[in-house]
Amino acid sequence: MRTLRTLAAGLAAVVAFGLAGCGGDKSDTNNVSPGSGTASSASNITGGITVFAAASLTESFTTLGKQFETAHPGVKVTFNFAGSSALATQINEGAPADVFASASPKNLAVVVDAGNSAGQSTTFVKNQLVIAVAKGNPKGIAGLADLTKPDLKVALCAEAVPCGAAAKTAIEAAGVKVTPVTLEQDVKAALSKVKLGEVDAALVYRTDAKASAADVDAVEFPESAKAINDYPIVALKNAKNAAGAQAFIEYVLSADAAKVLTEAGFQAP
Amino acid sequence: MRTARVPVPLLVPAVLGLIFLLLPLAGLLARTPWSTLPARLAEPQVVEALKLSLLTSTMATVLCLMLGVPLAWMLARVTFPGRRLVRALITVPLVLPPVVGGIALLLALGRRGLVGQWLDSTFGITLPFTTAGVVIAESFVALPFLVIAVEGALRGADSRYEEAAATLGSTRWTTFTHVTLPLVAPGIAAGAVLCWARALGEFGATITFAGNYPGITQTMPLAVYQTMESGDLEGAVVLSLILLIVSVAILAGLRDRWLTAP
Repeated sequence: MRTLRTLAAGLAAVVAFGLAGCGGDKSDTNNVSPGSGTASSASNITGGITVFAAASLTESFTTLGKQFETAHPGVKVTFNFAGSSALATQINEGAPADVFASASPKNLAVVVDAGNSAGQSTTFVKNQLVIAVAKGNPKGIAGLADLTKPDLKVALCAEAVPCGAAAKTAIEAAGVKVTPVTLEQDVKAALSKVKLGEVDAALVYRTDAKASAADVDAVEFPESAKAINDYPIVALKNAKNAAGAQAFIEYVLSADAAKVLTEAGFQAP
Repeated sequence: MRTARVPVPLLVPAVLGLIFLLLPLAGLLARTPWSTLPARLAEPQVVEALKLSLLTSTMATVLCLMLGVPLAWMLARVTFPGRRLVRALITVPLVLPPVVGGIALLLALGRRGLVGQWLDSTFGITLPFTTAGVVIAESFVALPFLVIAVEGALRGADSRYEEAAATLGSTRWTTFTHVTLPLVAPGIAAGAVLCWARALGEFGATITFAGNYPGITQTMPLAVYQTMESGDLEGAVVLSLILLIVSVAILAGLRDRWLTAP
């Protein structure tokens, strides 16, 4: 059941991405339920809620979505997980989304500045970088300085995505020069290169390393404190389910959700 | 040429098909900030990506020609057990989503891959994150286009010329180089153009297998994607247009020189 749900969420995300890729502004098939958009209070919301969330939120938001659906029978939460910058572009191009949860305020600002947000954004968690290495740390990586070794292959996120911007800040704070072999488009892509053994190390969020603890080890480093990412969440102006969006955001800010997020390795804002 | 009336059941879908193909292009052109085009074209990173794209797609086409023409000949001229299965397997990269193709390449030729770990331990060669890796990824997705086009040309060619050469004492190799190749040259050229175009536009297998680093593995489609990711949609449109103009110019040039030759 669990895997089925995850699969369904993944498929929905792919569909949402496909739609966005076409620049389409089509009505979301999940939102056709008759009560959609008319409900006003959190207790009687209905229909579908489409949430665009940063790739690093994949595990924790999938869990939150399921809990939210249990608390609100008949409501279906659909996620589109991708790099925050890609999500911001999709939203500004008219992708059908109700909520945007970004891995950095910069990418959220892109949406707010374009006038596509509704109301104030709220920071709900913070995240910090770690060095993801192969299980057992065979190369003995202890800190950022070790990433400068010439025979070591390192993957970083591209600077446009929050994990790449944070990596740049942390590397500069350490005063070292890291030459990556690839600039990945989101944090999960960078992590998968470590999992596949194609690179020896990647700078990823602590939460991502924790979610893949079976395959990778996380090496903490002091400079990550200089590059802490705030995660803001906001409702969107073109939301088809404004009441649902508001209810989901309230849920993400609740104590129940905080427990899930802390367990995933996020820090309280 | 007879200029009889075109039947409506053919005319209407033909026009619709043309509109369907050209509409997205019109969308691209409508959003193009033309004034920034020259400045973009002068950016070192754009020049680098364009050069890399042209270099890798040309190398991929050469590799595909070297492997694909003999493969097409085998399929068209030699009867061997399992030929139908081989023919079906060749089309697999066509139906495989390119990203899946990239993962498959990683699992075969990556540092821990089936063949890749042997390449690494014996020769110290690792293909991911190298320009050679880009050529491999592009060749993987483009090779079926060449094989199918050339095989079609071979099957359509009149085999009596080859039989005549054989009766005159020509070996199979001499027949291939002196009779078959000239006979199907237009088919090979058309296949090579298809193959090159597919390689030039390759994205999914490349970013998955070869990664994304400016000057080494960042081809134009990857540069377009990264520009769009960074929120610069106009920049992405301009880069797409540059790729489009350059590839159309090259194809038009080739067509005039080679493809319309008698």
